[in-house]
Amino acid sequence: MLKFVVRRVIEIIPILIIVSMLTFLFIHLIPGDPARLVAGKDATMEEVENVRHELGLDKPIVVQYVDYMKKLVTGDLGTSLTTSLPVIDMFKSRFMPSIYLTFLSMIWATIIGLLIGVVSAVFKNKWPDYLGMVTAVSGISLPGFWLGLLLIQLFSVQLGWLPTGGIDSFKSYILPSLTLGAGIMSMIARFTRSSLLETMQADFIRTSRAKGLAERTVIFGHALRNSLISVVTIAGLQFGFLLGGSVVVETVFSFPGMGRLLIDSISFRDYPVIQSAILLFAVEFIIVNLIVDILYKVLNPKIQLNS
Amino acid sequence: MSTTVIDSKKAQQPAAQYSPLKEFWRNYKKKKVALIASVFIFLLIVIAFIGPYIAPYDPYEPNYDAILEGPSAAHFAGTDEYGRDIFSRLLVGTKISLTVSFSAVFLGLIAGTILGLISGYFGGRVDKVIMRCCDVFFSFPDLLLAIAIVAILGPGINNVIIAVMIFSVPSFARLVRGATLSAKENVYVEAAKSMGASHTRIIFKHIFPETISELIIFVTMRVGTAILAASGLSFLGLGASPETPEWGVMLSSGRDYLGTASHVVLMPGIAIFLTVLAFNLIGDGLRDVLDPKIKNS
Repeated sequence: MLKFVVRRVIEIIPILIIVSMLTFLFIHLIPGDPARLVAGKDATMEEVENVRHELGLDKPIVVQYVDYMKKLVTGDLGTSLTTSLPVIDMFKSRFMPSIYLTFLSMIWATIIGLLIGVVSAVFKNKWPDYLGMVTAVSGISLPGFWLGLLLIQLFSVQLGWLPTGGIDSFKSYILPSLTLGAGIMSMIARFTRSSLLETMQADFIRTSRAKGLAERTVIFGHALRNSLISVVTIAGLQFGFLLGGSVVVETVFSFPGMGRLLIDSISFRDYPVIQSAILLFAVEFIIVNLIVDILYKVLNPKIQLNS
Repeated sequence: MSTTVIDSKKAQQPAAQYSPLKEFWRNYKKKKVALIASVFIFLLIVIAFIGPYIAPYDPYEPNYDAILEGPSAAHFAGTDEYGRDIFSRLLVGTKISLTVSFSAVFLGLIAGTILGLISGYFGGRVDKVIMRCCDVFFSFPDLLLAIAIVAILGPGINNVIIAVMIFSVPSFARLVRGATLSAKENVYVEAAKSMGASHTRIIFKHIFPETISELIIFVTMRVGTAILAASGLSFLGLGASPETPEWGVMLSSGRDYLGTASHVVLMPGIAIFLTVLAFNLIGDGLRDVLDPKIKNS
């Protein structure tokens, strides 16, 4: 097991290095002179050259990358062009609310998605199944930004139950989390249904029924337990969907998280913040995928991931 | 004594030819929901072509006497914050939204399919390099990758197409690679090789057709994803310019009037939702009919 974990960790190192190269190249890929972009349109030639020197853009690109990595390892992500604050300090206040929001969405989406999937599979081709699957396919098709606005209209504007945005209390997380989790919930529901229906065809289920076990025991004690492994894995792999969605949802709800910071930075052309935020999202996604891979192995030792 | 009369004309006719297309249609038309969704998308494509000609009002022309009016006989879907007819904007916007998503998916399909075929067919180092590149792209969540690309290229509808295309390429490449790996094990591929057929001929004539059914299902689902991504980028202010009647832009500009004129947000949202829903339902129907695992179960 330890060998497997070590091998998977080693495997992601080259991917992390390439991702760091891509995010490093980010500022160089922008059409035009990066120093001119950072200094502003009205800057004099001297000011542009000063910025070029400050950012190290006058050095060879390999040296620039080595400097970038050295700073990265020590937690120096540069300085924001709009606030003049260290980027890492800006992230400190934004990172945790985003993490809470993402995990809260993941938890409720997994529970409700599983529930809908099980009910649909148990009542296959009956009205609870149709209702469950209509909900699921609608959830996948709903634009998150639209759902968020509709929820604000209903629960904040009309009923006045929940805040329209920001973070004041736990209540502030409810609507953004409902919006963010809707898509994942639908995917989990659909996958649970199909996975459970497939498991129900297996020989061991036929044996359980032949033994005279109650249908409830067959479904919850045997079929669902076996389907759960792949369902939990799929839920974990959809984490990227949540990270992407959080950018939109945080914008709709003016939620002070990483996603909102990224969009604000794009509109202010604050390149050091954009560069580091994208790197942080990618690293977060890679680490979650690694954890999911390891969990998969822990939950189901039969599966050989290297095969 | 009974006699058997044989219809000489019928006897002379060859046995009915097997046609995969006919078999597909026979099965697909049983999927009523998918069929209704297909008709909806067909109508939408027609609207994309004729929308600008049948729009009752100029979608760009402000009318300050009719600001934020609710749905009425004069304005089916009401008017927006500049008094522009929302129904006309939706009709004209159909072309923009469909063009963006179709072109992004089509370009991603071409690039991804070629890479997937090369990767799966040649294997070895070529396969490793292509798949590791895909892994790098998979390290970025789809929408975030698109946002990063637009942040580099700058906002605009063409850059949205490029961004959505780029995040589609690795998914297509991986799908086609998988199908190629199993298709190249077929005996007829071996036969073609031993007859001296060129790699290009084997790939495109013998292997590519084997990947088509999986591609059709994936493309349909992907168009829905592309519409959501493109409208999402426009909503964030990274896509079409604010005056463009693109559905995501319409939704974004209407959100300030949610409390007073909710129809401004409701109408473009319904348009996006129904279109994506229709593509997903078609995708589900196609999978039921074309996916051999589901078809045979």
